[in-house]
Amino acid sequence: MSRSTVRTGDTKKVSSDLFALTYGSLVSQMLKDSDNPEEVNKQLDRMGYNIGLRLVEDFLAKTSTPRCLDFKDVAEKLQTAFKMYAGINPSVVNWSSSSDEFSLILDNNPLIEYVELPDHLSNLKYCNIIPGIIRGALEMVQIEVTAWFVQDYLKGDSTTELRVKFIKKLEEALPPGED
Amino acid sequence: MVDDVFFDLLHHEMVNVFTGVPCNEASAEMNVSKLEQIGFMTGYRLSEKATKDCQRFKDELDVMKFICKEFWSSLFKKQIDNLRTNHQGVYVLLDNKFRFLTQITTSKQYMEILPKYLAFTCGLIRGALSNLGVVSVVTGEVVQSPSCRFQVQVQRS
Repeated sequence: MSRSTVRTGDTKKVSSDLFALTYGSLVSQMLKDSDNPEEVNKQLDRMGYNIGLRLVEDFLAKTSTPRCLDFKDVAEKLQTAFKMYAGINPSVVNWSSSSDEFSLILDNNPLIEYVELPDHLSNLKYCNIIPGIIRGALEMVQIEVTAWFVQDYLKGDSTTELRVKFIKKLEEALPPGED
Repeated sequence: MVDDVFFDLLHHEMVNVFTGVPCNEASAEMNVSKLEQIGFMTGYRLSEKATKDCQRFKDELDVMKFICKEFWSSLFKKQIDNLRTNHQGVYVLLDNKFRFLTQITTSKQYMEILPKYLAFTCGLIRGALSNLGVVSVVTGEVVQSPSCRFQVQVQRS
């Protein structure tokens, strides 16, 4: 049996393996460089932000999506983006009464596929790149948000819940700067 | 399934973080080696999964062929374009259209900053080989973007 026949059907899967393992190696390298998990959280968030700034361009180009009319619309677009880029199909839940806050439930997150967090890293937000991406991407379309994890599967919660809160509409596009 | 664009951006950002502002030559080198280390860890683990249904490799050349064909296509959706060896433990892998470079530039203008975009992939190759029992040193060189050359030097004890 030739080897190549074994793996050809598997190319899609490999891509997410490659991503998950690269991300894991990246986080572990950062932890080696810095003893403080908080520092790593911050760095991951900044990386996510930078990725988000660019990823949104790709998203707009591929989906030719119009402006979001309200925050409900934003939630829907985020759902589409998650599906497109990470193969996650998050559900949108827990809307606040004023409709400026919602949660995304991230099941089957490919990032955490082979991950187990040791006890001494309870401060580490392993997936902290995701809120960064959301923040960066939405900033490019003039929406300022904050995003954070309220539940984390890696820390023993039954699911991963990401909270997104609307801050304000950016009236004039400011040049993106580093924090 | 993770989109390629997302992975490319992650890689780009990784390169930025680790090679962003080198204070001096020594620390710049150190940072590139971190990038290589990340690649190593990734390659090491990936090859374990990639070879689980494989037959045992006959020899070193067989391992190299696996890297050039299956492993490379699983990573970059194409095979290595050319593999050469002197049959004494030196292998040269030529990729005429290296994915990370096609995303960056094809002009000669930025030649001197391009090598850092190869470090992660050098590590990937070294890690995969290492898990398959071949200890090596892997270096990368841009011929003319987006074509580049990886040289594998097998270390024999």
